[in-house]
Amino acid sequence: MDQLDRDIINTLQQGFPICEQPYAEVAARLGSSEEELLARLRRLLDEGLLSRFGPMYHAERMGGGLTLAAMSIPEKVFEPVSEQVNRHPEVAHNYQRDHTLNMWFVLATETPGQIDEVIAEIEQETGYPVYNMPKEHEFFIGLRFAV
Amino acid sequence: MNAPLQPTRHAPIDTLDRQIIQATQAGLPLTPRPYHQLAAHLGLEPEEVMRRLQRMQQRGIIRRIGAVPNHYALGYRGNGMSVWDVPDERIAQLGRRIGELDFVSHCYQRPRHLPDWPYNLFAMVHGHDRDEVRDKVSIIAGLLGADNRGHQILFSTRILKKSGLRLPT
Repeated sequence: MDQLDRDIINTLQQGFPICEQPYAEVAARLGSSEEELLARLRRLLDEGLLSRFGPMYHAERMGGGLTLAAMSIPEKVFEPVSEQVNRHPEVAHNYQRDHTLNMWFVLATETPGQIDEVIAEIEQETGYPVYNMPKEHEFFIGLRFAV
Repeated sequence: MNAPLQPTRHAPIDTLDRQIIQATQAGLPLTPRPYHQLAAHLGLEPEEVMRRLQRMQQRGIIRRIGAVPNHYALGYRGNGMSVWDVPDERIAQLGRRIGELDFVSHCYQRPRHLPDWPYNLFAMVHGHDRDEVRDKVSIIAGLLGADNRGHQILFSTRILKKSGLRLPT
């Protein structure tokens, strides 16, 4: 990564214009060219330094349901239970964490009401309680990750 | 050529919005005129696509159009979920201060589950390694002072599943 790569990553985290030639507009701000910016973006995405470039959607404002849920699963049954949980397509991310509550997953559903249904299914299938932790308030999300 | 816009409380987005969302879930085209390419793909006028994207952005349905860095690939390998028990009546003010820190990527208020889980404030903290995350969590503890009635850092030990969010269709 050189300075232009870093400038691209830092600049493009803060937004992107909606106009006929947005890459040309951003490239001009960076003292680069449209062609160069596109080539570098392609490479940053191919190499996985950027995981995505595009509109970031707000699931709840689109009418969907979203929550963070946690479970406390004994080590000896952790694998089969994680398979049971992951089998649900509504489970978007699932992380093992070093805590008594050792399984943390994000649920995304098409309607808010389906969150409770999926949680009830998971509790019934696994026999372990699910701690539902929907966000009650979102504080300023910077996401400006200086590199 | 514009389709009528009739947002209602129950349908914040309409069919054309959904088509645009579907077409951009994987990302924006990397071509000089990305919105024109989207429009051609969807059989819409470019102006219509741009107008709808603007509108969704104004209404917060699109947070922003931009790049999502891969923290791990960029060398930030110590990512910790810090959780805090702070007084409910102070959380709005405290949450804003924590959310503004440049090493915090997400900051949310979430419900407690007493007695097992007393924490109501979550802040994702990023650092090059776990020690750096611990240092940054100490900075948060310093900012909170007496309002910090207890906290922990939960490091992830394994990714069990990672698929994109399925958006409503």
